[in-house]
Amino acid sequence: MRISSTFKVAGRALQKNKLRSALTALGIIIGVGAVIAMVSIGNGAKAQVQAQIASLGENILQVFSGSITSSGIRTGFGGAGTLKIEDAEAIRREVPGVAAVSEEVFSTSQVASGNQNWFTRILGESSEYFDIRQWPLAEGAPFTAQDVRSANKVCVIGHTTAYNIYGDEDPVGQILRIKGVPFVVIGVLTQKGFSLQGTDQDDVVVMPYTSAMKRVSGGTTLRNINVQISSEDQIASAQQQITELLRQRHNIRAGRDDDFTVRNMQEVADTANATASVMTGLLFAVACVSLVVGGIGIMNIMLVSVTERTREIGVRLAVGAHGRDILTQFLIEAVVLSAMGGVIGIIAGIIASKVISMVKNWPTVISPLWMIIAFLVSAAVGIFFGFYPAREASRLDPIDALRYE
Amino acid sequence: MAENGADGEVVVELDNVHKTYRTGEMEVHAVRGVTLKIRSGEFVALMGSSGSGKSTLMNILGCLDRPTRGRYLLDGQDVSPLQRDQLADFRNGKLGFVFQSFNLLPRTSARENVELPLLYGVHRLSNAQLREKADQVLRSVGLAGREDHHPSQLSGGQQQRVAIARALINDPEVLLADEPTGNLDSRTSLEIMAIFQKLNDEGITVVMVTHEADIASFARRNVVMRDGLVRTDRMVTQRLIAADEMAKLPPLETEA
Repeated sequence: MRISSTFKVAGRALQKNKLRSALTALGIIIGVGAVIAMVSIGNGAKAQVQAQIASLGENILQVFSGSITSSGIRTGFGGAGTLKIEDAEAIRREVPGVAAVSEEVFSTSQVASGNQNWFTRILGESSEYFDIRQWPLAEGAPFTAQDVRSANKVCVIGHTTAYNIYGDEDPVGQILRIKGVPFVVIGVLTQKGFSLQGTDQDDVVVMPYTSAMKRVSGGTTLRNINVQISSEDQIASAQQQITELLRQRHNIRAGRDDDFTVRNMQEVADTANATASVMTGLLFAVACVSLVVGGIGIMNIMLVSVTERTREIGVRLAVGAHGRDILTQFLIEAVVLSAMGGVIGIIAGIIASKVISMVKNWPTVISPLWMIIAFLVSAAVGIFFGFYPAREASRLDPIDALRYE
Repeated sequence: MAENGADGEVVVELDNVHKTYRTGEMEVHAVRGVTLKIRSGEFVALMGSSGSGKSTLMNILGCLDRPTRGRYLLDGQDVSPLQRDQLADFRNGKLGFVFQSFNLLPRTSARENVELPLLYGVHRLSNAQLREKADQVLRSVGLAGREDHHPSQLSGGQQQRVAIARALINDPEVLLADEPTGNLDSRTSLEIMAIFQKLNDEGITVVMVTHEADIASFARRNVVMRDGLVRTDRMVTQRLIAADEMAKLPPLETEA
């Protein structure tokens, strides 16, 4: 009924205690700021994980050679050379739901051009590799299926390699010598950044796997086969069929272990995602604790304020304030404090997350939804923690309050 | 009673009012049956030693407390059965309070202190209206130019005048003063009495609690209480006029 007057009264009371108001709000500022900063960091981490997952390519199964036990020695992923080109072709031919296949050969080598040289990773792949990995070229063109068939001496290089060998020069059309063999650089890949395992994915030379086998590594077996499945719901069945097909092709009797490993990249992605979620949750929980502490700070100050202002309350009651006027006044004071703290906290949180992403080089994603939530929560904290002191104030007896020393 | 200027309507009527407090097992009969009529335009000094029940009676008159037994009619309305918030509205509209310790809000300008009852009143006023009304009342108690001073920047007498202005802002039926000069020196007490007498001459009913006989003699009527009952109730025969008394004081070297 007289809420506008009460707002006036509460506003005057807050102005009279600027320092105390500021210190009270500080608890909420820190709480809300922490929530905003933590959520930004958490969201940033999640976004980064998702970007890395997307950079793996969608619906990918990786078949690694290895995990051999026939001779008692287990060589680990990619080590045993049990995967043949024919295995890849069989997968391409016989497994339903397969969209693309890339045979992969891996080695590391010193590469040189002119007077520059660089130690990098050499990947032999099929021409489908760039589609599977969703890895477009920044310049030039990828090698073709014809290049793969003919084992042509062409290659595509990653951003890091290009920078270290050619600097600011255009690498396309240049000659790159790998183990003494001259390759023509026909393209430069777009930047992909670090993988989930922390390797620089741009520090690479990609060439037809046939060329890699013949001219660089010299082997005839594949380290792994990258298989892209057309849709997510076919991944599980494709994984099973690839396992059966390869067991049959490698004549592995029932009861014996596989000499290869099929890894579902979606599972890796899910794990990474879950880890990021747990981290976000933890950060959020910590931030919530500080918000609650801020709220208790408000209650504390409001209770002190009620005691300290008992005479004031007595005067207000004596000149005609209703209990409800006092209740709303103190409640408004608490809510104004916490809501102002909320707004400043949001700003502080944004600044903090910007600073963190600059100093620590962590990506942060500021979420407008969380700003609204944080503001509403801080106002609710004000109501929740302000109610008890406000009710205490409103129940004072005017005679006792006026006599209070 | 025409010579006392107390020929108006009855504004305060106490009819066999009792007040009993319970403190643990003990029952304290603070007021034991007071019957009293105060007419519009009277200036009553309520006297008595401590424990006589005068403060309790004052709280009842001020609608801060309700009688345990008996009736209290204020301006013709029975306030005994009213609830907390209704009593608050009565205090706001019909009564003005002046306290011994002034009870001004600290760190708050004189103007805002005076505006306070208006904020809880029936009428919604704009900031400009609040300001205008408060300044007008402050002028009438001689505080023009001090509107923006905080209580700590004012002398005791000035603070009490701010409190009087606050009590007057809603044009009350009765001005209730509880030991208004208790914290003031004799010169300032005279100033305050002068204001009360001026207000009373303008027709405002004043009820003042005091235990000082010389202060009581500025009133028109003295009611003395003892042990919860009215012992004497008489008109003041040799009434002092505050303005005259001030003229008798030696002049001050510096203005307070």
